[in-house]
Amino acid sequence: MADFFRKLFGTKEEPVKQKQQVDMATTAPLTDQQINSIVSGQNAKYEMKQLISSVGQSVGKQREHNEDSVLTLTSTISGSTENVPFGLYIVADGMGGHQFGEVASNAAIRIMGGNITKKFNSYLYNLPSQPLQDSLQEVMENSILEAHQYVQREAPGSGTTVTAALVLGQQVTIAHVGDSRAYAVYADGRMEVITRDHSLVKRLEELGHLSKDEAENFPHRNVLIRALGQGESLEADIFTIPFPQPGYLMICSDGLWGVLNENDIFRMITDAPNLHRACQNLVEAANAAGGPDNITVILAQMIG
Amino acid sequence: MGTGSGDQRPRQQLQPGITLVNRYNIQDVIGVGGMGSVYRARDLHFPNVVKLVAVKEMINLAPDPLVRQTIVQNFEREANLLATLNHPAIPRIYDYFSQNEHSYLVLEYIHGKDLETVIADANGFLPEDQVVSWAIQLCDVLAYLHSHKPDPIIFRDMKPSNVMINHNGDVVLVDFGIAKAFQSGQKGTMIGTEGYSPPEQYRGEATQIADIYSLGAALHHAITRRDPRLEPPFSFAERPIRRINTNVSVEFEAVVNTALQYNPADRFQSAESMKDALMNVARKTGALSKITSAIPAVSTGVKPLWSFKCEDEIRGTPFLHQGMLYVGCYDNNLYALNAADGQFQWKYPSDGGIVSRPLVYENNVFFCSEDQRLHVVSTRTGKVVWTYFTEGKIYSSPRISDGHIFFGSEDQDLHAVNASSGRTIWKFSTDGPIYSTPLLANEMVYFGTEAGSVYALDFRGELKWRFQAKRSVTSSPINKGQAIYIASVDGTLYALDSKNGWAIWKFRLGKGSVSSPAIADDFVFIGAADGFIYCVDTRTAKEVWRFRTENQVSSSPTVYKDSVYCGSVDGFMYCLEYRTGRLRWKFESQAAITGSPVVFDDIVYFGSTDHHVYALFA
Repeated sequence: MADFFRKLFGTKEEPVKQKQQVDMATTAPLTDQQINSIVSGQNAKYEMKQLISSVGQSVGKQREHNEDSVLTLTSTISGSTENVPFGLYIVADGMGGHQFGEVASNAAIRIMGGNITKKFNSYLYNLPSQPLQDSLQEVMENSILEAHQYVQREAPGSGTTVTAALVLGQQVTIAHVGDSRAYAVYADGRMEVITRDHSLVKRLEELGHLSKDEAENFPHRNVLIRALGQGESLEADIFTIPFPQPGYLMICSDGLWGVLNENDIFRMITDAPNLHRACQNLVEAANAAGGPDNITVILAQMIG
Repeated sequence: MGTGSGDQRPRQQLQPGITLVNRYNIQDVIGVGGMGSVYRARDLHFPNVVKLVAVKEMINLAPDPLVRQTIVQNFEREANLLATLNHPAIPRIYDYFSQNEHSYLVLEYIHGKDLETVIADANGFLPEDQVVSWAIQLCDVLAYLHSHKPDPIIFRDMKPSNVMINHNGDVVLVDFGIAKAFQSGQKGTMIGTEGYSPPEQYRGEATQIADIYSLGAALHHAITRRDPRLEPPFSFAERPIRRINTNVSVEFEAVVNTALQYNPADRFQSAESMKDALMNVARKTGALSKITSAIPAVSTGVKPLWSFKCEDEIRGTPFLHQGMLYVGCYDNNLYALNAADGQFQWKYPSDGGIVSRPLVYENNVFFCSEDQRLHVVSTRTGKVVWTYFTEGKIYSSPRISDGHIFFGSEDQDLHAVNASSGRTIWKFSTDGPIYSTPLLANEMVYFGTEAGSVYALDFRGELKWRFQAKRSVTSSPINKGQAIYIASVDGTLYALDSKNGWAIWKFRLGKGSVSSPAIADDFVFIGAADGFIYCVDTRTAKEVWRFRTENQVSSSPTVYKDSVYCGSVDGFMYCLEYRTGRLRWKFESQAAITGSPVVFDDIVYFGSTDHHVYALFA
């Protein structure tokens, strides 16, 4: 278009002049502070944001049962002034003999999912008459506790990891126990593990008792120190962080993060044409790497 | 405990009435272990007296015959070893035998309760003297085991459930680590929750000093009633004994802490030396002086740099601008003082008390008064430029953004006023008087009302959202990231999503709060009417620390460098290390401090209801 106008009206000097101006202009890189203020200024606007998600699952190559359970729910709460993105994403990796692992992870997903959606039922599917009495963290805490008590009662001896993320607006509230993980995957290549593994090896590493190398070869890597359904009381990690933007929220079981390295995961997510493909590629890659355990992965993204 | 045992238990347990090897008549289950159950049984070889025995069962489910045989051999070897022991705190072994995959150990039956049950059943904390006396007995029996010839015996499983308190009130060690190997492989073995094992035991190093650690852990559990299996491993240091049970002596706490040192070399090197230390505790001779307990150095002799006396109470917060300190007073005046030496510059009389914090913008100082007006006064001359009337008293402090002044009034309106002309831009009517100071962020105005609402308006004065607390919200919000933090007289500190007003979390304070939160790193600080200054993690809503003052905290904390400063109605200004809540210094004024300090260039400025303005070194 510009060329077209230039042909119509422009002289030959004009582009040259512009070029000289650019060459003479002094530029300095923006400081972090400047960038932050620009970014935060942009975030402050009430833009329409849309939440999208996808999920991938596989039993893996070496297990007969699938003890992982998964729930994804992506929606919007319509409001008078704006539409608020709503998402609920849960991965649970069950453990224990026989089918009890499945029972535990399945129950955890259903009970947590049921409890949380019940709280938001009137906002999602009805006209709310009452404001929500519980805070988001209370909703998560009560739900995970109820699931814990159920598993203790109905599937004694078994247990499950649970990593649950409730997205409301631009915030993510996480409830977490065990060694499934939530990641913040940023478009610039940073990958942050948002959750902390409740495993013996991680604890020993945190205490400086094992080096990173020792930790990788630790014989009891799969020993958890906390799990839903285990122990009399459950202390889940519950916290709220901003949704990673621009980027992705990833939740997965150790069948994925234990097999693939972070660089590969990042590349597979960003190379894929869409979230569905990214999830499938991740699952296929974990299987190609031996698929020693059940694989579950959820990807969510805030667009707009 | 292996995760499989849950469903095996009912199937495999021996039923009462069954007689083993024609001799031991099973009466009841008295315990469940990792590899099987423990039963109370009657020895039928003594038909004329009731001789009770404890029968300990080990179920060997190893599928590989060689492994199974090894387990049985280990079991028998250990049983033989125990048969050589002779100590009043160790049950005698009468017999052992194997049947198919089951092996049995027949032991002296102990009449009594295990220590875990004793702890759980106790009404409150166990007396220290009692726990110390058991601890000494346990050191005795450990010393006996550790000095066993030819090889020392490591108990490896010292925990309250393995310590019986017999009918005489003496301890007996039960459960001598039969076949207590790591159950590796299956996920969820959960061995880490044991809570009593020292770090080195996870590397397979079991030494006498490992038993010392476990004894320390058991004592910690007994004296604090905090079960270490419910806590992260090796986290005792995060639960200081005397913070949980204030009745415990410093000396006993020091002994337990020494036993619980992470590094084995830092613990007692023998059960005897631990016993000696405990004996000293028992005698209260104070011989433990070499084990230092960190008592923080607290400075109370803080002298003010200067002070300035007004004619009535100062309840509000000063404002510092270009070397001048502006502060409102209940003698109706706004004072301008030289911040360096407290020299009086000028004062300006309003017609009401001033609690509102002043604000300087373009050489004018803006502040509100109980005389229902926003006053604008020249910083140079102290003469009025213009005033702005509302329909009620004003306690809210003005805030400025983009040439607009925002504040609330008792007339229930949030006022937006042009900072140059004094003209109303808009007013927003709410459900109650506004004492809260508005927060201006993200081109939004956030504030609370005495009717218990938190409002979010955009800069055009349109409602974006409203949140309802249970009591009035006098506190002023602060924001970080996408959340705003605000307290209410309902006794809750709220984290609200700044975009839509959803409560992200709630933190329960002991009582209501009119204090406004401050933020540093991932911490939010707030005072409350229960007299505490709280530090709460902004991500998890977990309390990081709380600091007790002697009266209500209406003052709002201020963070400067690595300290938090806050006043209290007890008359003190406190300086606390903000990560730990440790007291650095406190300064006593002669009356309640309800306003907040302002800190600049390592100097803290604040007013007190004792009529003084103070300047102190931070």
